[in-house]
Amino acid sequence: MRKLSFGKAINEALDQEMERDEKVFVLGEDVAKMGGDFGITRGLWKKYGDKRVKDTPLSEAAILGIANGAAMAGLRPVAEIMFADFITEGYDQLVNNSAKIHFMFNGTVTCPLVVRTANGAGFHAAYHHSQTPEAWFLNVPGLYIVAPSTPYEAKGLLIASIRDDNPVIFLEHKLLYEMEGEVPEEPYMVELGKARVRKEGKDATLIASQRMVYLALEAAEELSKEDIQVEVIDLRTLFPLDKDAIFDSVAKTGRVVLVNEAPKTGNYVNEISQTINEEMFEFLKAPIKRVTGLDAPTAFAPKLEEYYLPHKEDIIREVKEIVEY
Amino acid sequence: MSYPKDFLLNLYKTMVRIRNFEIMAEKLFLEGELPGFIHLYIGEEAIATGVIADLRKDDFITSTHRGHGHMIAKGANINRMMAELYGRTTGYCKGKGGSMHIADFSIGVLGANGVVGGGLPIAVGAGLGIKMKKTDQVVVAFFGDGASNTGAFHESLNFASIYKLPVIFVVENNKFASTATTKETTSIENISDRAVGYGIPGITIDGNDVITIYETAKEMIKRAREDGGPSLIEAKTYRIKGHFVGDPELYRDKKEVEEFWLNEPIRKFEKKLVEEKMLNETEKRKIWEDAQKEIEEAVTFAKESPVPNNEDALTDLFVNDSGYDY
Repeated sequence: MRKLSFGKAINEALDQEMERDEKVFVLGEDVAKMGGDFGITRGLWKKYGDKRVKDTPLSEAAILGIANGAAMAGLRPVAEIMFADFITEGYDQLVNNSAKIHFMFNGTVTCPLVVRTANGAGFHAAYHHSQTPEAWFLNVPGLYIVAPSTPYEAKGLLIASIRDDNPVIFLEHKLLYEMEGEVPEEPYMVELGKARVRKEGKDATLIASQRMVYLALEAAEELSKEDIQVEVIDLRTLFPLDKDAIFDSVAKTGRVVLVNEAPKTGNYVNEISQTINEEMFEFLKAPIKRVTGLDAPTAFAPKLEEYYLPHKEDIIREVKEIVEY
Repeated sequence: MSYPKDFLLNLYKTMVRIRNFEIMAEKLFLEGELPGFIHLYIGEEAIATGVIADLRKDDFITSTHRGHGHMIAKGANINRMMAELYGRTTGYCKGKGGSMHIADFSIGVLGANGVVGGGLPIAVGAGLGIKMKKTDQVVVAFFGDGASNTGAFHESLNFASIYKLPVIFVVENNKFASTATTKETTSIENISDRAVGYGIPGITIDGNDVITIYETAKEMIKRAREDGGPSLIEAKTYRIKGHFVGDPELYRDKKEVEEFWLNEPIRKFEKKLVEEKMLNETEKRKIWEDAQKEIEEAVTFAKESPVPNNEDALTDLFVNDSGYDY
């Protein structure tokens, strides 16, 4: 099959959806002439023009609020927030409007907006350009959170997100943009809310998303040499959570390590831990462990940033600990 | 220019030092020496230089992601700046911040900010502090035309105005907000017109003319110091370099850059100085050579400085943080 980078897969999803439905439009900083700071919207402005690909001022509050308004007015905006860290500038609109519009007005109006944003560390860009924000949205009922790890899923999940009538935060890890993978040329959807087992195993379950999936897979590979068979689940959609996929795996392995690159305290994965604890306690053979970023802002110096991030070795250590528990 | 030669040459030197720092930062980044992002101030040196020339050491400024020039003009240590770009422990943030976060509180720099508009309310807060403590300090908030389109701009100027705070808002209109042109993303030609909405003075000036900038700032600084309240100065300039080093600059014509390069502030000021016999070839050469030498020494200093230890990733999160085990 044809190979495409993660970034180009997203570009193709946008292009095909814009072609299919003229209500779909793109807005954000640098998205038109420049084609996005990471080149994700390249070519769209030339093809669809100012009307449907809009460069905005550096005004995240306006971008997200305008996306809400446009969505309520019947359009399907795809807003780009250049760096996930900048979402905080328009946080109010997502928390107090996007998430609540459908509920607040008794289902009489929908808010079908997609907010694409580049997240993650590993780029040596320090405090304001490195964060991973899913936990910021988790305590706000009403928002879907999608976080693909492969080009195939990036395209399929974005198309599904655009066609969905709910507001979706769509996270794109900066370090995955160049990753190549097989991507069908025709439009297709990957169902929202469904995780995927990336590797099967019986001894422990690793649950991860985005770039951390690859760390988990590497750890699993190494552990298999020591005859520890680890199952790796790629969540793909962070909310709503695919409990079935997680519970099936927990029923089989009884041991879980959760991996996420955001800080440990209040991490997104803590919610998964508690869900397993409440609903699958009798299957657990060991405490649920987590491998996360450190409880500190992401520092600039590459050595410090590297130290902040989770490592394959950390995952291996935690898996061994619970296997031997 | 009826100013003493020393004063004028100091302005020139500051601009040349900023330029040399930026040229070196660009070179090092392109050579792969520096991690992260670098945003250059080349072509905008006159603004920080002219405004800060009338500030005292105990006056405050807030800076931006394009902040090297503000730091140098305020009197920062170039060795520590370069060490920060290298992510070394001798850097201003001990290597934790990098280019976008260099600051020195001992000379009144209240942080540089990686988020556009982030410095504006901070400057207003410092202004409020001055007013409450009844000192005669002032604050200068440097920011770009892009920041003038954020909510933080509106909220900050309104607040500063209602409390009549000693804050001079200096918008560096370099014709680009990231990669979009100011023309396309800003509702009016002169951003200083927005001052009317806050009932404060708004002035648009040539941001490439260091003397005009100095004189305008001096007037507004005096006003603020004497409890006259805030003002908005718009310095029109041009961002000679891309948004960041490595920016493919697909959004502008190279000819346009060349055109503006002819009007860049250092050459412009140099011409005036030569005409008025304030600067000769020998002096000029020495100023440039000294600046180059200074920056080369800073690079050596940075390279010889230690890289941080892993534990440094966790220190200073809280005051009196004796350790870390949450």
